[in-house]
Amino acid sequence: MNGTGTNGLSRLPKKPSRIKHYLTFVIVLWMVWGSAVQTDSTFKELFTGLPEMWKLIEEMFPPNWQYFDNIVPAMLETIRMAIAGTTFGAIIAIPFAVISASNIVKTPWIIYPARFILNLIRTIPDLLLAALFVAIFGLGLVPGILALAVFSVGLIAKLTYEAAETIDPGPLEAMTSVGANKIQWIVFGVVPQVAAHYVSYVLYTFEINVRAAAVLGLVGAGGIGLYYEKTLGFLEYDKTNSIILFTLAVVLVIDFISTKLREKLL
Amino acid sequence: MKRRIWLRWTIVVALVLIYVWTFAGIEFNGIKPTAGKITRSIFEGIFSPDWDYVYLPDGEDLLRGLLETLQISILGSVISAIVCIPFAFWSASRKGKSKAASGSGKFVLSFIRTFPELVMAILFTKAVGPGSFAGALALGLHSIGMLGKLFAEEVENMDSGPTEALVATGANRLQVLWFAVIPQVLPGFLSYSLYRFEINVRSATILGFVGAGGIGTPLIFALSSRSWDRVGIILLGIIVMVTIIDLISGYLRRKLA
Repeated sequence: MNGTGTNGLSRLPKKPSRIKHYLTFVIVLWMVWGSAVQTDSTFKELFTGLPEMWKLIEEMFPPNWQYFDNIVPAMLETIRMAIAGTTFGAIIAIPFAVISASNIVKTPWIIYPARFILNLIRTIPDLLLAALFVAIFGLGLVPGILALAVFSVGLIAKLTYEAAETIDPGPLEAMTSVGANKIQWIVFGVVPQVAAHYVSYVLYTFEINVRAAAVLGLVGAGGIGLYYEKTLGFLEYDKTNSIILFTLAVVLVIDFISTKLREKLL
Repeated sequence: MKRRIWLRWTIVVALVLIYVWTFAGIEFNGIKPTAGKITRSIFEGIFSPDWDYVYLPDGEDLLRGLLETLQISILGSVISAIVCIPFAFWSASRKGKSKAASGSGKFVLSFIRTFPELVMAILFTKAVGPGSFAGALALGLHSIGMLGKLFAEEVENMDSGPTEALVATGANRLQVLWFAVIPQVLPGFLSYSLYRFEINVRSATILGFVGAGGIGTPLIFALSSRSWDRVGIILLGIIVMVTIIDLISGYLRRKLA
């Protein structure tokens, strides 16, 4: 076959060029290096900061156990905020999910604007929403609940409409063929297939919201986050540590319950 | 059948109790009369933004703030992508490895994940001083929790064939790592790092609230000085930046997969 020689090696395909890989590596390196220079991030700074960090950790231990009595009401408030925010978000997410699913609504000029709004909502972090709502509604639980609700709409509606698009079309076709109207079609054809997924996504969003609610107080939106400012402002790091540990415990317990429930559902 | 009905009623009663407890504890003292006006101002700010703020020849402007936010998230993502690799191998459960080792690794990772990154940022501002570096360190440390978990799953799903083949031909551990492990896990690692980078860009926009650099700093100033048109342009800038980053990163991740 090969005119030049009988040597089998010469017929091996050429190695693919690696220039692209090297180029990518160089670009990434350049981006990291540029970022480090621009933000004054150096190892020297890190190492001079380490003793300071260690001092901070030393001051945090042992945690101030008595402080738990002061923060229990705030923690309950945090959980309330997460429950209320998730609930409102979950309710508002339903119509959004319905009009974004391409197998339920067949008109593009409804689907795409709805999806666009959902994408827009998901670009804004919940803490930023909370800061905005605090500016609008003043300090308290209400802005926190609203921020979590808006954030939840973006997440739950997206996950739900994606689940709705993968449902079995069989029952839907059967409903159409026996002359069901649109409402009956959704209630008896779509809902039974999506409900378990929807509840699971709501629980998942609730887990995220509990974590978010724990820091919303930093921008004045109520809950346990308010106490970070209080204790850090007075340099009472042992109390800060109590808040952190308490938050971790609550988050882990809620995560555990929610995960167990979600496993049961699906 | 009877059990199902019982279960249903227990769930309903539990839900009712939870909601009664929740809403009984929330006090609602009406909406501030200025709320409508402020909302309108913010929307006006988004639709007729303070364009002058986008670029100022000297000093703090929108583009520089966004660039700093990006730099924080790049640094944070790279730090966590490197530091989490040992954590990933530690917590991955594989054949012939004790349950205790991987279990402890998984626990450490979930501990890091639940630690709020904003609190981490506050602690780092105390250690290395306020600024972007504290933000990058906070993002870097916090991201280890999630990236470590995802990386570990990647390691767990690795095909053991190539490793066994190399061991059979007498390769040493370094060679096994270089020729069997890395080629298999690298695409996954890169893809997850990009995904985490998308999340970090969002997180970096709020680090400024606690003095850890980025666009959050001018945003919180604009909010507290009630310059709504500036709030509007910053919000618009964040939305545009996050969308562009998501598009680029999503494209790269599709190519990697």
